[in-house]
Amino acid sequence: MSILSVKNVNKQFGGLKALNEVNLEIEAGTVHAIIGPNGAGKSTLLNCFVGRLDPDTGSVDFDGVSLLGMKPHEINQVGVSRVFQTPEIFGDLTLVENVMIPSFASRDGAFRLNGWGQVADENDVRENAMELLEDVGLVEQCDTVSNQLSRGDKRRLELAMCLVQKPKLLLLDEPTAGMARADTNNTIDLLKKIAKRGLTMVIIEHDMHVVFSLAEKISVLAQGTVIAEGLPNEIKGHPKVQEAYLGGAHL
Amino acid sequence: MINFNVKNKDHMLLIGFIIVVALAPIIMAPIGGGYPDLLQKFAIFGIFAIGFNILFGLTGYLSFGHAAFLGVGSYTAVWTFKLLTMNVIPALILSILFAGVFALLIGFIVLRRSGIYFSILTLAFAQMSYNLAYSVLTPITNGETGLQLRLHDARVLDGLFGVTRGEGLPSTSLFGMSMSGWSGYYFCGVIMIIAFYISIRIFRSPFGMMLRAVKSNQNRMSYTGLNTRPYTLAAFVISGMYAGLAGGLMAITDPLAGAERMQWTASGEVVLMTILGGTGTLLGPVIGAGVIKYFENIFSSFNDGILMEAFSWLPEFLQHAMVSVIGLFVGEGWHLTLGALFMVIVIFLPGGLIEGISRIGNVIRRWRKPKPLPTTEADTAASE
Repeated sequence: MSILSVKNVNKQFGGLKALNEVNLEIEAGTVHAIIGPNGAGKSTLLNCFVGRLDPDTGSVDFDGVSLLGMKPHEINQVGVSRVFQTPEIFGDLTLVENVMIPSFASRDGAFRLNGWGQVADENDVRENAMELLEDVGLVEQCDTVSNQLSRGDKRRLELAMCLVQKPKLLLLDEPTAGMARADTNNTIDLLKKIAKRGLTMVIIEHDMHVVFSLAEKISVLAQGTVIAEGLPNEIKGHPKVQEAYLGGAHL
Repeated sequence: MINFNVKNKDHMLLIGFIIVVALAPIIMAPIGGGYPDLLQKFAIFGIFAIGFNILFGLTGYLSFGHAAFLGVGSYTAVWTFKLLTMNVIPALILSILFAGVFALLIGFIVLRRSGIYFSILTLAFAQMSYNLAYSVLTPITNGETGLQLRLHDARVLDGLFGVTRGEGLPSTSLFGMSMSGWSGYYFCGVIMIIAFYISIRIFRSPFGMMLRAVKSNQNRMSYTGLNTRPYTLAAFVISGMYAGLAGGLMAITDPLAGAERMQWTASGEVVLMTILGGTGTLLGPVIGAGVIKYFENIFSSFNDGILMEAFSWLPEFLQHAMVSVIGLFVGEGWHLTLGALFMVIVIFLPGGLIEGISRIGNVIRRWRKPKPLPTTEADTAASE
């Protein structure tokens, strides 16, 4: 069953056709990677999923609901969480607060004026947040201000913030960009662990090592069009893909 | 464990706060501030700054127009005195309500922008209100003269409850207790304690946490399923209501409302108070308000005569030299001292006077315990 269904999506920026008749079906419970050379339209496509951009024509349906015209917070409330290329966290707040905020957002909705209740009394939310921090291996630093974390740890924190909301779909925009090798491997292990629980994930990635260690299905985007789609093994040997990647020696 | 500590610390802070407010006349007496008029100003501007800090300290939205809400509060209070009753309770409730509605309208428009554009928009709105109060709104504001009580004001409620009209202008009261002198101060003091307690609750609530998230990363917030606009608007309205309350209290002290209360200098003053004391801290804004009002009232009253006396123990030429140098910084020149102090604090203590106090506290602690315990992140976070 497909959870995210993208049909005939077009997006034009001035004279540049960023997305050209893109069709994509994301199966529930799979890890789906979208790869492609720079400027292929990967990020534009992702932005169409989260309400940052609206396609010119075409449809994006999530779980039977059209995402077009919805604001980012509304899309999150229906069950789509997103991890950014540069980790977006609440840098001035402690780790546990960082995870408690999304937890409140899932519980209380997009806005709730709860100015009298005390955070200190919200034991369930706190314990839940601590569990997630444990899950990503950051529980010891729970009271650290999150700005002080390393890039890799920030990514782990951001994942915990997404996971605490129990999303139906997790979008990852180059989750290992700018990371040291060790951090990259740790992140891959963590994502594998998450994938095993049956969470649907869409990963946009440059690093083929990451893609082939995680993806169950791969779509290749080049110049705004899906040029190939299939299992990792099929993609590896695909002539069009090798051409798109200019020789594609690393494939 | 940490939660428990935060709660305990807050309780201690509140108890300490109540004690200081209660004993302020004695504490302030040695430095010449132990008289009700000044202490009342401390309390009123303390409330103003506490409210401002809920917006600026938590969400980071720097409003340059909060004096407009102060003005609305004052006008509302004086109108209540004129039309309904000299009792202060209805006046305060209506001041808060009107300022809240006014803040809702303005906030709805200005919160479309953030950063410097937000600041400019608030400034523009406040200046607009100020100019309107002087011109077209004269029937409501009484223009340049300011809104004043008259002998023949309606005072419907007072009439109903059979309050006898005296010969002169009536004075504000709390069910018969006159709101001047010490009773006036303690009334404002009690209100400030309540306002401070509410601010503690907000700081430690999930709502307060969301406001800090607004300051930290709005992008992440909306991708986390939170709608940032109502959060900022609620903070704006709450701080507007605090300003309205302060404006109402001003009218209680002196039942006269003038447009100059809405001028941008008044808006700027509360920004200075908050930054001077410590933005985003619970106690900082109150301390900032106290320091600025102290300078304004005490330093400005020092003249050359007083200085001559203070330096009379010096040889005459030195005495004259000292007086002419220090004279620049006191009396008329008190702004100079305040400006210098403000610069020193912003450069060396970005966390305001509160940061200074906690640094001194750390030095003392280290000095008492030869082997210092490394301060953990938890401590720093909790003390914020």
